[in-house]
Amino acid sequence: MSTLNYQESPLDRKLACYSKVIPAGDGWLHRLEAGQTLRIVDLEGNQAADTFFFNADDLSERYSAQDTIREQGGIYLTTGTGLLSNQCREMLVITADTCGRHDTIGGACAAESNMVRYALDKRFMHNCRDTFLLQMARSGLPLTKRDLAHNINFFMNVPVTPEGGLKFDDGVSEPGKYVEMQATMNVFCLISNCPQLNNPCNAYKPTPIEVVIWEKNTTA
Amino acid sequence: MANDTYEETLPGGAMWSMRIPRGFEIRVAALAPGGNVSALFYHAVNPLDRLNIPDTLKALHTAKLTRGHVLMSDMGLAMVSIVEDSLGWHDPLGGHSTAEHIRQAFGQQSYQECRNDFFRNAHDNFLIELTKHGLGLRDIVANVNFFSKVVSDEAGRLRLVANHCPAGATFTLRTEIPVLAVFANCPHPMHPSGEYPRVPISLQIAKGADPGHDDFCRNFRPECGRAMELSERQNSV
Repeated sequence: MSTLNYQESPLDRKLACYSKVIPAGDGWLHRLEAGQTLRIVDLEGNQAADTFFFNADDLSERYSAQDTIREQGGIYLTTGTGLLSNQCREMLVITADTCGRHDTIGGACAAESNMVRYALDKRFMHNCRDTFLLQMARSGLPLTKRDLAHNINFFMNVPVTPEGGLKFDDGVSEPGKYVEMQATMNVFCLISNCPQLNNPCNAYKPTPIEVVIWEKNTTA
Repeated sequence: MANDTYEETLPGGAMWSMRIPRGFEIRVAALAPGGNVSALFYHAVNPLDRLNIPDTLKALHTAKLTRGHVLMSDMGLAMVSIVEDSLGWHDPLGGHSTAEHIRQAFGQQSYQECRNDFFRNAHDNFLIELTKHGLGLRDIVANVNFFSKVVSDEAGRLRLVANHCPAGATFTLRTEIPVLAVFANCPHPMHPSGEYPRVPISLQIAKGADPGHDDFCRNFRPECGRAMELSERQNSV
């Protein structure tokens, strides 16, 4: 496996202005102002935090996985990665990462993709896209399925082989690992704390994550 | 034959879209070396259901597309299957070119100066074609780049492989549901700077045979078979 890129954050947890624990299978849609920093903590290890962003001032501008990996010339997200929009503009930038790499190729689980991947009778299991859709529907924002595209899987490890294979490797995350990103523009952050029970990425045991926010210009 | 086949030749830089019923084969050929066709697919009846690259790749455990692969929708349907492929690798990772990519790689060539030799880009081409069908920016999702090969090394670094597509390269798609296909025959966004490539492509669309139980794509992986079954269940209603 190639090198993992570790970067600790200088931010003091006690100076955070917001925190919330998101249980597995639950969602979160929250506005971040430009300059605020969001930390996502993998509380118990190897949990997938499926994450997506909208420009809060123009909802048609949203996170784009293909633009993000192409413009940085690599598939892994880590410290220094600019999370780009479908207009190739930076929405947020990853400022710290104690996990070392994150996936943005694999997308989110859905009732329908679970049927394709595992078995037709998996349709009625809880899944990330249902969480996304419920959060969007409840938000009061004019967001529909049309606005949902290809997301980030924080804490997931999905290498691409030189031969073009896609692997779902053992996680590189552990309890307490985190990733931190600063908003470049005002954004809505949409998270599904993945409830997947059909694959070993989380040892078949989805666990809580925590989100923590610091105001712009919080000093260490 | 002529009456049963839709034929079109797209010049380099051109765009195209068409609603195509289930059970048709779309044969695409690069008429010169260095082709790239950025492509999106939508359910022709419900365009909210559209190509889902991540679902397709994780179902197939692949980061390239080739014969046997079934391109899947958000709703788990087989949309189009790759039934023939002379290249062995089409790119599902690189996205599509914007005006800025084209300007940086090839310079400016405006319509005002160059008339129809101006430099077109895939993003604007997608927007134009989608708007003809009542769709737009919100409907642009991760796309495929047919005829292009992007590899990842052990560190995850991406590279566009040069000289992947010779003149005469072909692939053939079979529609498993009614689809709206949208093509932008524009340079790959990772294309190195130099001369704007203009590679004409030919399209031939004709009714194909229904895929039987022994169909190559259906049996390529169990996931392909299940996606085709989901499409067939829906087609039967």
